[in-house]
Amino acid sequence: MLEKNPVIFIILAFVVIMIGTTVTMIAPFKWINGPNDRIAEVKPYTPLQQEGRDIYMREGCNNCHSQTVRTLAADVERYGYGGGYSKSGEFVYDRPHLWGSRRTGPDLAHIGLKYPDQKGMWHRKHMENPQSVVPASNMPAYAFLNEPLDTTYSERKMKLLKFPYSQADLDELKGKTEMDAIIAYMRKLGTDIPIKKAEAGQQASVSKNNPFSDLKAVKADALSIYAKDCASCHGDKREGTLGPALTGSSKTDAELFAIISKGIEANGMPSFGGSLDEQKIWKLVTLIKLGKQND
Amino acid sequence: MNAPTRYYDESVKGFITWSIIWGTVAVLIGILISLQLAWPQLNVAPYLTYGRLRPIHTNAAIFGWGIGSFIALFFYITQRLTKSPLWSPGLARVTLWLFNFAIASAAVTLALGINRTKEYAELEWPLALVVAVVWVLFSTNVFMTILKRKEEQMYISLWYIMATLVGVTVLYVVNNLGVPLHLFKSYSAFAGTNDANVQWWYGHNAVAMVLTTPPLAIFYYFLPKVTGNPIFSHRMGIIAFWSLIFMYLWTGAHHLLWTPVPDWIQTVAMAFSIMLIAPSWGAVFNGYLTMNGKWEQMKSNYLVKFLICGITFYGLQTIQGPMQAIRTFSAFIHYTDWVPGHVHMGALGWVSMVLFAAIYYAVAKMNDTEIYSVKLADTHFWLVLVGQLIYSITMWTAGVQQASMLLATNPDGSLHYSFMETMIAIFPYYKMRAASGFIYLAGLLVFIYNVYKTYQKGSSAESVRA
Ligand code: HEC
Ligand code: HEC
Ligand code: HEM
Ligand code: HEM
Repeated sequence: MLEKNPVIFIILAFVVIMIGTTVTMIAPFKWINGPNDRIAEVKPYTPLQQEGRDIYMREGCNNCHSQTVRTLAADVERYGYGGGYSKSGEFVYDRPHLWGSRRTGPDLAHIGLKYPDQKGMWHRKHMENPQSVVPASNMPAYAFLNEPLDTTYSERKMKLLKFPYSQADLDELKGKTEMDAIIAYMRKLGTDIPIKKAEAGQQASVSKNNPFSDLKAVKADALSIYAKDCASCHGDKREGTLGPALTGSSKTDAELFAIISKGIEANGMPSFGGSLDEQKIWKLVTLIKLGKQND
Repeated sequence: MNAPTRYYDESVKGFITWSIIWGTVAVLIGILISLQLAWPQLNVAPYLTYGRLRPIHTNAAIFGWGIGSFIALFFYITQRLTKSPLWSPGLARVTLWLFNFAIASAAVTLALGINRTKEYAELEWPLALVVAVVWVLFSTNVFMTILKRKEEQMYISLWYIMATLVGVTVLYVVNNLGVPLHLFKSYSAFAGTNDANVQWWYGHNAVAMVLTTPPLAIFYYFLPKVTGNPIFSHRMGIIAFWSLIFMYLWTGAHHLLWTPVPDWIQTVAMAFSIMLIAPSWGAVFNGYLTMNGKWEQMKSNYLVKFLICGITFYGLQTIQGPMQAIRTFSAFIHYTDWVPGHVHMGALGWVSMVLFAAIYYAVAKMNDTEIYSVKLADTHFWLVLVGQLIYSITMWTAGVQQASMLLATNPDGSLHYSFMETMIAIFPYYKMRAASGFIYLAGLLVFIYNVYKTYQKGSSAESVRA
């Protein structure tokens, strides 16, 4: 009969399609984003941040960048930046989600924790010309975002998305460029979640004595850690770019240790106490104290 | 008594022409973005940056080339299987205009950065509405033709066609729900994890209802036509059909393994993905067994080569896909270049191969002639096959290499490679992939020339007859 009646056939096909749909797509609305998922500290976007998010969508950054730290150890280690893996509650204000499906570039879910600088100097330099910071990067240059931000719809967006905002939030938009907006968005990502900063602090007090006194013994290790974690801000040869030069220092070993471990976040020096162990930090300290430019 | 039905083929031809044009655009942009990944200085203007071009590539490919030729061939197949003329030729003409308007506007708006960012549903709401209208007009036309058919029995291709009509409508409407801010911007109706879950319910079933059921409908129709063998088993086709459209809808979350989407949804998706091997291979076996005793046609009949090669890649695709849906394997290859390798084996090896065969066959038939040159068709076949193989193999290799580097840890548990080290390692593959794009393009141009010449031959034959 089915083979002869297209109307019944279509209805049946619809029913068959709706079974899996109901179980895996419709039913979960009952609990996803419910009270159990919420994280009290996670706040909606400010008008400036939301403008930045819209520019992120316009430029299709999601085609190269994901925004979910998976529960895998390697993901947490590489992209968690102390915030652990991504939880549902981090995304409740994201319409649409921007999780992405490709990592041509690194994950950005917690990028705000990686570059805490309040002025966003690193981002500005990187966005304008990624290759000036990371020479082999294939990220496009976004210098064209240095244009005045169109704020015609900013307030309407807040209303439509039902985000709270104040006059001060709207005033913040004055004189801003599109670049300022996208940097504000980058700086927000991941920074709301309660993180284990305490750990970094504790580490700093564990030991005050540099176990290494000979540069030769640690040089290879130190240089390789430096290349991975520090070169993008302090220069390939430690000559100083965004951050100051790190060839020789008047600071004591303990002071340097504390800076690397806790960071000077307001000024753009991230904390590494969460990602580098004590041994590695001491190796870097040794390199900074004793290393010469051409080492 | 049995006067032959007059088929209405003008719109079939129109859709074929335009789908080939959009397909060429898709390949050209594909080549450009693959070059940009190797040489970022090619991002020369805001509207030519990778982030804006990539969605144009996927939209031109899936909607322009894929859906464009599906519409053409559904019109073609439906008329012949029902032995009835198209319900409304006028409506078909309007559909073609609207279709072209939608794809052209999609390209322009995406270049301007008007983009919802939900993969395969990037178009902003006014355009999404136009796409929906195109689909409804087309569906109505096909469905009414089926309702008014002269041939009572509905062949398996019509089943796949009807499932496609219903499935795409449901998927597209739901994933496009949102609230408009103004004409060029809207916000999704769903937030965060919910939005992701809806998106990949849609995304994976776009694979089911756009990249699987339509090519299967076409394959089931043209394989018997081309070989002269009836399809091996109608019953197997029917069982495979119902289990396929039942299972696909459970699997969306295999794009979201290890993310905040609830674990049980991921597990269900993984299980159903593996079960999908059965109905998928049902179609593959049906194809192979239809060839029983006539395998020499692989040599003697150029169309069989395209079709059997296509169903073979479908078979490989539906083994690889379920593998990718297993948590441990996903942990490894998700987010890497492995996935574009998978995608293009399906898009180039399966979908496009079947479309090439169907278009060659239909164009010759509609013009009452033979193909212009079998030799050129052979050249075309080898060029697109080699191009596609290089594409997929380089990307699988790149994916595996980058994945192993990304996961490598030192004895103390810290990561061994920085992100950039893993990226520098795969640049050579990016360059090879770009080269494969040029080989594929060469094949495509041979195809276009051959089709064009076949049309010419047809019209000159007509004038001789007249
Ligand atoms: C062609 C792919 C591509 C596109 C498009 C792209 N990026 Fe990137 N991005 C990369 C790559 C590769 C890196 C890593 C190298 C580097 O830092 O430049 C990167 C790095 C970054 C980083 C630093 C990440 C880190 O962990 O240090 C940020 C922030 C960033 N991109 C933001 C953006 C934004 C915002 C956009 C859109 C305006 C964007 N990217 C578009 C490829 C891309
Ligand atoms: C995102 C950019 C960035 C990265 C990455 C970075 N730094 Fe810094 N660093 C800075 C900035 C900016 C300052 C200056 C802070 C200030 O002026 O208070 C700084 C300051 C310092 C100082 C204090 C220098 C002085 O003489 O006052 C030390 C030591 C240092 N960084 C070490 C490191 C080490 C070691 C690494 C790698 C593990 C690293 N930094 C990675 C940006 C960075
Ligand atoms: C042979 C010429 C082609 C080239 C060079 C090419 C190149 C590319 C590139 C570089 C990407 C981005 C990959 C990434 O994210 O790293 C891509 C994505 C994609 N292409 Fe193509 N492409 C070609 C043909 C096609 C065709 C004909 C189709 C469809 C029929 C297609 C469908 C897709 C899809 C669906 C994606 C998105 C994949 C994903 O999200 O993982 N491509 N292509
Ligand atoms: C049994 C059948 C199949 C299964 C279970 C399957 C499974 C998968 C999985 C798990 C992914 C996600 C990979 C990742 O991101 O980690 C994927 C991606 C994809 N597959 Fe398949 N696949 C199947 C068949 C096909 C077919 C026939 C096509 C036709 C072209 C196809 C096209 C795609 C596309 C376009 C994507 C990329 C989606 C994106 O990230 O944008 N798949 N598939």
